[in-house]
Amino acid sequence: MNQDKCTIEINGVEVEARPGQMLIEVTDAHDVYVPRFCYHPKLSVAANCRMCLIEVENVPKPLPACATPVAPGMKVRTRSRRAIDAQRSVMEFLLINHPLDCPICDQGGECELQDLAMGFGRDVGRFSEGKRVVRDQDMGPLVSTDLTRCIHCTRCVRFTQEVAGIQELGTIGRGDRVVISSSIEQSISQTVDHELSGNLIDVCPVGSLNSKPYRFSARAWEMQQRALVAGHDCLGSHIFAHVMDGRVKRVVPDACENINETWASDRDRFSYEGLYADDRLDAPLLRENGNWRSVSWPEALAAAAAGLQERAGQGLAALVSPSATLEEGYLLQRLMAHLGSNSIDHRLRRRDVRGQADEPGVPWLGMPVAAVEKLDQLLIVGSNLRKEVPLLAHRVRKAAVAGAGIGFINPADFPVFFPVASTMTGSPDDFWLALATLVRAAAGDGELPAGMAGLLAQAPEPQAHHHQLVARLRDGTRAAIFLGQIAQRHPRFADIDVLAATLARLTGASLGYISEGANAVGLALAGVLPHRGPGGKPRATPGASACEIIGSPPPGLLLFGIEPEFDCAAGSGPARSAGDGRFVVACSAYGSESLLAMADVILPIATWFETEGTFVNAAGRWQSFAAAARAPGEGRPGWKVLRVLAEQLGAKGFRYPDAGAIASELRGLCSDGLPDALAHARLPVAQAPVAGSIGLSELDVPIYRIDALVRRATALQQTVDGRAGAPPAAAQGA
Amino acid sequence: MQASDKTAPLSAEVRKEIDRWVAKFPAGRQRSAVIGALHAVQHENGGYLTVELLEAVAAYLDMTPVQVFEVASFYSMFETKPVGRHSVSVCTNISCMLCGGDQLLAHVEKHLGIKVGESTPDGRIFLKREEECLAACTGAPMMMVDHQYHENVTPARANEILDALE
Repeated sequence: MNQDKCTIEINGVEVEARPGQMLIEVTDAHDVYVPRFCYHPKLSVAANCRMCLIEVENVPKPLPACATPVAPGMKVRTRSRRAIDAQRSVMEFLLINHPLDCPICDQGGECELQDLAMGFGRDVGRFSEGKRVVRDQDMGPLVSTDLTRCIHCTRCVRFTQEVAGIQELGTIGRGDRVVISSSIEQSISQTVDHELSGNLIDVCPVGSLNSKPYRFSARAWEMQQRALVAGHDCLGSHIFAHVMDGRVKRVVPDACENINETWASDRDRFSYEGLYADDRLDAPLLRENGNWRSVSWPEALAAAAAGLQERAGQGLAALVSPSATLEEGYLLQRLMAHLGSNSIDHRLRRRDVRGQADEPGVPWLGMPVAAVEKLDQLLIVGSNLRKEVPLLAHRVRKAAVAGAGIGFINPADFPVFFPVASTMTGSPDDFWLALATLVRAAAGDGELPAGMAGLLAQAPEPQAHHHQLVARLRDGTRAAIFLGQIAQRHPRFADIDVLAATLARLTGASLGYISEGANAVGLALAGVLPHRGPGGKPRATPGASACEIIGSPPPGLLLFGIEPEFDCAAGSGPARSAGDGRFVVACSAYGSESLLAMADVILPIATWFETEGTFVNAAGRWQSFAAAARAPGEGRPGWKVLRVLAEQLGAKGFRYPDAGAIASELRGLCSDGLPDALAHARLPVAQAPVAGSIGLSELDVPIYRIDALVRRATALQQTVDGRAGAPPAAAQGA
Repeated sequence: MQASDKTAPLSAEVRKEIDRWVAKFPAGRQRSAVIGALHAVQHENGGYLTVELLEAVAAYLDMTPVQVFEVASFYSMFETKPVGRHSVSVCTNISCMLCGGDQLLAHVEKHLGIKVGESTPDGRIFLKREEECLAACTGAPMMMVDHQYHENVTPARANEILDALE
């Protein structure tokens, strides 16, 4: 008997199905609509709303399609009298306690209950008794509650349990008294703190859980939906910006199975609030005799060009946000090349570039995002994974739940909500020595890799668990080692990198990087590096790296999309005094205090919400997007600003008609595919590391402090993660 | 570290009792011991559970607090608000109703001066809210006092039983 396929009949049409598959999966696959509330393809089957009742021949009662497994020869009717009657009755039952407040409900117009009530509800309710009222609970700054509207589908509870990995919501009480809550009493405020909790808003099929920052600010049908690529982490999640009158009102995920599935991290979902911060610039600013003055674009650009031109011979450097678009990065490095400087970098929080010449040119994951959940062994070194890239942590969680062995080597035991096979923690200074111990264990009695002796001498003797971990990496059919952002910010990164590459080579695992910002891979390809030009080609004379630039700033400095005091590891930018001969141009969406103290010209640029551009994600996928909203006032897309600035500086060949032309020019300079991180042998660096000690707070950047936009997202700053990450004094000024 | 602090409200005896329940289930399924654990904690705490105690049980069994709240709020045998020391339930389901259960309940309410769901001001007796059939129909009307069944209860007998409670 063939167990893989069978034939069933749906509404008289024969279709193929897998025995054991739930009927609703088959009907969905064949575009036969069955109404549902509690069923969600990413969650377990609860079968408690009963909306998906359908008729199956020779079965005396209607059956829920979501919980009825396919059997060969089944004859299913989804639109028969009996099925429709059952669905209508369920709908009437669900509406008994549902308030008729659609006109003031944010879900109105995009509500599964409202839509289905149109299709299956009666015109007149037969229920004349009093409706149930449920007290709302405060679940924190992101998710609003109107629990009277709840139909108890428990999608939210299952989301916290199965996707987030920690059950923060539950059903309190029973029967007709049951309420969704995060505590035992609705009056007790208990925040929902997981970094994916905004997805509760999407899984809720009614208006019970909604977006708090968006609350009552627009109606679904008044907004336009614009597709975007999220710009806070290296995944490049697909999102929609919902825009009204040129303003972003909210952000929701766009389904992309290969990257973000149907989810969005809270950082991607709620960062848009930062677009409309008080210090958002609406005109170019020019410093004159110590005072700031709003000026026209031609005046500002002329001043910027003159200042940069004047210092071109004396030393000029550019610091670029790791979330700048590919186009912006490419034009910036062309501009710097025109001015005769190779000192351009986007690795703002990197402290150690000793090994940069030998590092793979592109810090990518080494595999597609979706492949992470198929790994069977994964060792993550130096990463607060959930806070660095929340949806990558979700993929790792899926792998772990499926039985993969996940190991961490970290300066702290960062909590994760999945089974971990081994955790090795050490002090922030030398937690990475565990990696050296693993290399020793992997080398065994055999010859140590050339030149490694010095590095390995510091490592403790391998213990049984080190040998086990090495054996697991060796035996894994799909094994990988990822270097996280903490590793990349570490003052010994060059050593960590060589050790990881050696361990990967000895065990047959692949090596990948969890890079910072949305576009570290793209900017590496665009040549926003002091030692590599476009396409990753080594530069003949390397320029200064970010930590060197910020440590001893040259006379001319170009800042692009950054606030040095928060975005750079090595310092907060040059202190200024009158007549110091410096010249600082800042391209920034915000006129923060530190920029006002540091810069001579501030050019207001668009954020990634407001510009066309391209991000290359950690898997090397080029993703272009169009502007979703307009930058306020005189703000202009960065690539257009750079185009005009270059012309002012007399550079040739900057007349690109659109951002796409820039991206395709760069594409022509890049080889197909990204290099394997283990393509060439790597030797330990000879140069001694910078002496000194490092603290955990310097290595681990809080999730909602990562860039200028998210630092201004008010709701995110009020979350537990946001408050924990706020600087001790005057969090608002950030 | 924080988890171990949260279990502080649990006494050594209660921990022993919870461990006895945990041992009945396969390793890693300690969650299954939650009902036994809540019984033990409620018993020791004089008949009801507090948020602090529920969170302690959650920490002890490695569950999230809300998972314990779900169980505690689902079962009618757990009280999550302060109540009197002795739990009294009068059955008013069909057999008892036919044999005078309603009158018995009214009598008990009058005698104690409280309504169902309330506790006496001295914290001695908690009259549990309307109880469904307790499966003692042959002895209707019946009354349950601290898990002990009293059958064929007359108003005079009820007074006797209630007044004897410490």
